[in-house]
Amino acid sequence: MTNKKTVEKKSAVANAFDAGLNWVDARFPLTSNIKAHLTEYYAPKNFNFWYFFGSLSLLVLVLQILTGIFLTMHYKPDASLAFASVEYIMRDVPWGWLIRYMHSTGASMFFIVVYLHMFRGIIYGSYRNPRELIWLFGVAIFLCLMGEAFFGYLLPWGQMSYWGAQVIVNLFSAIPFIGPDVSEWLRGDYLVSDATLNRFFAFHVIALPFVLAGLVAAHIIALHEVGSNNPDGIEIKKLKDKKTGIPLDGIPFHPYYTVKDIVGTVVFLMVFSTIIFFAPEMGGYFLEANNFVPANPLVTPAHIAPVWYFTPYYSILRAVPPFPGVSMLGIPPSLFPGVAAMGLSVMVFALLPWLDKSPVKSIRYRGALYKKWLSAFVVSFIVLGYLGTEPSNVWGQFGPWLGNAERATVVARIFMIIYFAFFILMPWYTKKDKTLAVPERVTG
Amino acid sequence: MLLPCVLFPLTVLANAGAHLDKAPIDASNHDSLQRGARTFVNNCLNCHSANYMRYNRLLEIGLTEKQIKDNLLFSGEKVGDTMKVAINPVDAKKWFGVAPPDLSVEVRARGADWVYSYMRSFYRDDTSATGWSNCVFDPVTCKVSMPHVLYELQGEQVMNHETHQLTLSKPGKLSVAEYDALAGDLTNFLAFMAEPAKQQRNHLGWVVLLFLGVLLVLTYKLKKAYWKDIH
Repeated sequence: MTNKKTVEKKSAVANAFDAGLNWVDARFPLTSNIKAHLTEYYAPKNFNFWYFFGSLSLLVLVLQILTGIFLTMHYKPDASLAFASVEYIMRDVPWGWLIRYMHSTGASMFFIVVYLHMFRGIIYGSYRNPRELIWLFGVAIFLCLMGEAFFGYLLPWGQMSYWGAQVIVNLFSAIPFIGPDVSEWLRGDYLVSDATLNRFFAFHVIALPFVLAGLVAAHIIALHEVGSNNPDGIEIKKLKDKKTGIPLDGIPFHPYYTVKDIVGTVVFLMVFSTIIFFAPEMGGYFLEANNFVPANPLVTPAHIAPVWYFTPYYSILRAVPPFPGVSMLGIPPSLFPGVAAMGLSVMVFALLPWLDKSPVKSIRYRGALYKKWLSAFVVSFIVLGYLGTEPSNVWGQFGPWLGNAERATVVARIFMIIYFAFFILMPWYTKKDKTLAVPERVTG
Repeated sequence: MLLPCVLFPLTVLANAGAHLDKAPIDASNHDSLQRGARTFVNNCLNCHSANYMRYNRLLEIGLTEKQIKDNLLFSGEKVGDTMKVAINPVDAKKWFGVAPPDLSVEVRARGADWVYSYMRSFYRDDTSATGWSNCVFDPVTCKVSMPHVLYELQGEQVMNHETHQLTLSKPGKLSVAEYDALAGDLTNFLAFMAEPAKQQRNHLGWVVLLFLGVLLVLTYKLKKAYWKDIH
């Protein structure tokens, strides 16, 4: 008897729920969107380890926004108060230290998951037709993220914040003709000052998060339009069940990939928590020691290095020799070549869909030639990244036979050439590469 | 104009660091932290502020509010106040050539080993303005603006310029071991002060990881259950 009653009661609740849902659906495409993006979005069933990093990037974005909201409640974007307000958060705001460490660790973790996400796209050819736009939105997200990290790094107003911003904004002044005006406009002053801090705060908490959220939406909408790639780099939409029209190798994103991504999320949170609770400075790579000294415009630190996620590009900037100038024509010396190379080293990712001429997408069916180039690229990215954290004389100098050149600078130049060659020569080596036959169906 | 500084950083000066001794840091040793707090308040806090550190944070190292009031507050501060300093920064700059830096996060900026070694490396130098030098502060010139405030306790050291070794020329009130222990306690306290929430952070970390470990098992089993039909 009691059983029957509960069943009746439950169905009454369910009825009310259905009625409510119908009411919403008549006014907003709720059910159809849940179907289109979750329960009837068919993803290839063979996603592997590398496919965790897309959803993890989204998770970190949400964490950064949430912790950022709480930080802005206590942070003071004022040159005379900023440093103290961060210490106030670390000491006097309840759980402020946790929120701040989540945000500072989150910044580095964002780049880790995004770099792994990009690497996934590269090894499985996820940027290839028909996913070029997804890739371009992704590159735009990456650029936006770099801006977000750069602007945010000024806010604690420590020595590294200050001098890092000083150096990067000065880079813009190397652009011919408009450079000096551009850098002054960015700073709002002739040197990094309170005005700069205020506008960087505005960029960091309003402007770029808005753009970032919009780009992420575009990235996901484009993805769900064409469907996900997979480790075999084949299109699951080519083979569909005749009756249902569902791809034979596809499974609904929800519940299959939601439950799988939750496992990935928990593993990620374990790594994230280990850093937050036991090593929030990460040996000076996530929080630099010099940034615990308040910004001082009169004392230049002996060694200015950007945070680790910018160092590959920073290495390229340093490796390119400056333009010596042509005194006869009145052209002054310029650092623009290095700045241009640094810009190119980031922007060049956008060209990948059109540089890759291979008949196959996935590294699984590519030949040895591509794998050699990719390995060389990964090695140069890591070596350049390491060198960017160190002063350029870290390995001493060569003898007079090489004009006493700094060893690290010479090494950085070699790896910079490999870095760019990976892209520039791609049309050639991907065409020449001996590829394997691609299967019809995905292979686990 | 600043770019050349970036392209060719003058790191030789900064990186040719002096040898640093390992500081005896133990955040759970409340006796050591309390001794360090006393040394800090009695000696350092005359010139160096700790503007982000509140006196009542000392409750966390086992002091009572009464003990803080009776032993550490000298000029009408309240226990909720931060450790401000009476010295006028303009005067300080006149006297020392530089305003003494705030020490709230000094250990995070320099490292505990640096602070510990620094406090033990002052030596008599008649060529310096204060009569003291310290090669930990500046390994190249050994010049430092701060005089050796604790010299009565440590005594006077002299530098052998050939071996670069310090030797005690005039003993102080404390033996070498006692002075090292005092410097160790002081460093321990400065490390606590640099991040008072550190102990709580480490303890909470294990709880969080334990929770996530259990959650991992559950979510993994959930995933397996959902995926059992997918081949």
